[in-house]
Amino acid sequence: MSYIPHTDADRKAMLAAIGVKSTDEFFADVPASVRFPDLDLPGPLSEPETMRELQELAGSNAHTGEFSCFLGAGAYNHFVPSIVNQMIMRGEFFTAYTPYQPEVSQGTLQAIYEYQSMICALTGMEASNASHYDGATSLAEAAVMAINHFRLKRKKIILSPLVHPHYRAVLRTYTQGMGLNIVGDDQLDLTLSDLVPLMDTDTAMVVAPYPDFLGGVEDLKPIADAAHGVGALLCVVANPVALGLLTPPGALGADMVVGEGQPLGIPISFGGPYLGFFATKKEYVRKMAGRLVGETVDASGKKGYVLTLATREQHIRREKATSNICTNQGLMAIAATVYLSTLGRNGLRQVAEVCYHRAHYAADRIGELSGYTVLRDRPFFHEFVVRCPRPVADINAELLDEYGIIGGYDLGQDYAHLDQHMLLAVTEMNMPDDIDDLANALEEIAKQ
Amino acid sequence: MTEPLIYDYSSPGRAGITMPQPDVPLASFADLPNGLVRDPQTLDLPEVSQLDVVRHFTHLSALNHSIDKGFYPLGSCTMKYNPRINEETARLPGFAFSHPMQDPLTAQGNLALMYQLQEWLKEIGGFAAVTLQPAAGAHGEFTGILMMRAYHLDRGDAARKKILIPNSAHGTNPASTTMSGLEVVELPSDSRGNIDLEALRQACGPDVVGLMITNPNTLGLFEEHIEDVVKLVHGCGGLIYGDGANMNAMVGIARPGDLGFDVLHYNLHKTFSTPHGGGGPGSGPVGVSERLADFLPAPLVAIVEDGDDDEPPLYGFITPKKTIGRMKAFHGQFGMHVRAYTYMRVHGAEGLRENSEVAVLNANYLLAKLKGAYYLPYDRVCKHEFVLEGHWADAPDVHALDISKRLMDYGIHPPTNYFPLIVKEALMIEPTETESKETLDQFAEVMLTIAKEAHESPQVLKTAPHVTPVARLDEVRAAKELVLCCRPLPEWAE
Ligand SMILES: Cc1ncc(COP(=O)(O)O)c(C=O)c1O
Repeated sequence: MSYIPHTDADRKAMLAAIGVKSTDEFFADVPASVRFPDLDLPGPLSEPETMRELQELAGSNAHTGEFSCFLGAGAYNHFVPSIVNQMIMRGEFFTAYTPYQPEVSQGTLQAIYEYQSMICALTGMEASNASHYDGATSLAEAAVMAINHFRLKRKKIILSPLVHPHYRAVLRTYTQGMGLNIVGDDQLDLTLSDLVPLMDTDTAMVVAPYPDFLGGVEDLKPIADAAHGVGALLCVVANPVALGLLTPPGALGADMVVGEGQPLGIPISFGGPYLGFFATKKEYVRKMAGRLVGETVDASGKKGYVLTLATREQHIRREKATSNICTNQGLMAIAATVYLSTLGRNGLRQVAEVCYHRAHYAADRIGELSGYTVLRDRPFFHEFVVRCPRPVADINAELLDEYGIIGGYDLGQDYAHLDQHMLLAVTEMNMPDDIDDLANALEEIAKQ
Repeated sequence: MTEPLIYDYSSPGRAGITMPQPDVPLASFADLPNGLVRDPQTLDLPEVSQLDVVRHFTHLSALNHSIDKGFYPLGSCTMKYNPRINEETARLPGFAFSHPMQDPLTAQGNLALMYQLQEWLKEIGGFAAVTLQPAAGAHGEFTGILMMRAYHLDRGDAARKKILIPNSAHGTNPASTTMSGLEVVELPSDSRGNIDLEALRQACGPDVVGLMITNPNTLGLFEEHIEDVVKLVHGCGGLIYGDGANMNAMVGIARPGDLGFDVLHYNLHKTFSTPHGGGGPGSGPVGVSERLADFLPAPLVAIVEDGDDDEPPLYGFITPKKTIGRMKAFHGQFGMHVRAYTYMRVHGAEGLRENSEVAVLNANYLLAKLKGAYYLPYDRVCKHEFVLEGHWADAPDVHALDISKRLMDYGIHPPTNYFPLIVKEALMIEPTETESKETLDQFAEVMLTIAKEAHESPQVLKTAPHVTPVARLDEVRAAKELVLCCRPLPEWAE
């Protein structure tokens, strides 16, 4: 099976028009020793058979359509309104390319312009780009931007250990050729205020999570002031749904706000495709990576949108570009725009509040159980830490097998001092009954 | 035809959806640090009905050209049909609603799919191992160059700093090199569009990390001295990076690994039909030869316990011994992996090879029809695309961009303009295998008409497009005035 429309007659006519006998002649310049290998791939299937095979693969996974889920750790099980999928399934959006030719791409361009506007509104910043691959690569690009902003004269990045472990790993991978000094997360129990003594005039950027990987919320103002005190930039890694309830980082002194846009109407889909958002102040826009949509007018004065400041980008600047990024997450940005338009000012606030209240209810319920301790040393948004009576992996296995619940994240994997600690996330998808079921299940599991 | 901003539909109190009310004992916001509860007035999002949202985005979508609407011969981008079955499989609940952090034991279907995809990409490219982590082509390049760098450092060879890149290369190649902390050395091309072998010979030395090559290159031409090129680079201790953007010409035709390539990124969003989404998401898996396999980003999917007749194997995540680290959170663009898997399953080896053959057939057919009316700077059998010059000495006012804009009047998306840089006024045309002879004939006719117009009534081209929602836009003004956001600045901004 294939999607090729040619009949035998078409092929013949085309080969004749070109003046060759067979398509093999097109490949005469390919070394004969390697030409036309036999590929050992499974034979073709019809569409119904293909669908069946994929259904079987998909069906063998545990998933949130079937189980109640309290797993977060950077990917959050929120409700995706039907309208989001319906809109991004329009072929005019999803079968278009990057809007290089603005006259025939106003749909994508305006949607991205609205996306940029909403990201600014959410984060309290002045300029947003059109997206990065995910939250982790957004953070890495922020580091590159900060280093370039100081023209490679400042080489230190200070990372809170409570930034998502994957994000910290990606930042290190990205910058391994740049000779940076990345500190702060070598000791995994440092708080934001512990980072202040590390700051000096070699510091290009300080990274603070909001909320952090353990769900905690800390005031950003003191760390912003401290960072600015040594002339460094503050990058905040934010959860966009939390910003429905929390004061935006822009109002607290952030110079860049980055994060994972997945909670804004994008399915968890085993980790991708997601949406890296990136917002900053206008003064740094020329140093920013990624595509930007700007407003302008056409020859007759009509309003329209174009990709702008391309002189920062690889296709113009090549080795001097601010980044190598080309394809980004355009369709995911449109999904987030549809989501934010649909929820609006009140809807996003409401979702954030429901997450907050239900998470606190869950923490209260679990905190009452013997054997479990909820760490409440710091305020939290919709994710919190529970010390468990047994290894987290064992508890999770029982939760799934016996109770049909996808449990929390095993923090011992990343934080040695949090062995036997579970990170639980609660969203509007976890109904109060589900929370009671979780608490009851945990109680029984503790007794075994 | 223009569409107001979504904010223009906003009216205080309107809502697009009913979400749950808080239905548990309310927790106090006073627990949050002082001043951290947001004033709802600062949450400047539109307040609109759901129908407003549907109409708005439906109107916006109508302003786009797309593969679904018409021919899209955008060179280097492989704008082939995006099969609908892929969209459905990627959205199966078991895929779309599985969590990236859940125990791999509970996501064996996902891991099996990723493992198979790794295996098939290994086979198609002739490689020892494949990572699915990179999110797009450029991300794959960056991954590959970091591995090449790490490979030399691991051998204790810290003197290698240079990446050789032909001047026909895409801009991401040099940009990815800089991000990796390495230096770009640009190589000239010869009169047939190949890498200039003599220049390559001179550039090869003990300071070379490797060569980045696109084959077929961005002119759509197969490198005629590919074996010599590989020999020269390997001879000086360097590695070969393949930019796989053009793999749609090569599947089942030749395996880059067999040609001696050490690394190559695939573009699932080109060769394997996953949609471009108006600028992404893509997916850029990277294949490597044996000597680079230990440096792949972590984690990879592997069989951790063999299966037998009754039990399937057990899949898990593993970390390569000398990994460069993580390139992305979680496991890559998983939804794109599902689509590419579906596509490969529908085609099998022969179907995939036929795609490449017909992609090349279609390109050569168009080339034969157009090369009389347009100047073809490198006159050779092309692969899946070719580059014409969009300029005539006897029509000096007309430029490639004018031809592109005029194509819009005929309902056709323009070719890629002004790239590759070695052809001035480039029109890079890639028809793909899913276009019919009728579509190609019609396109050729339009191109011939435009060539005629260029000579007889150039003004029609200069003022094009005439039927699009907007006319040519003032890009200088956009960059100068820099309006990136439609809302007033927040009060705390200076
Ligand atoms: C030849 C070539 N290399 C690299 C890229 C970059 O790939 P991506 O946009 O997927 O990052 C492109 C994209 O258009 C390309 O055409």
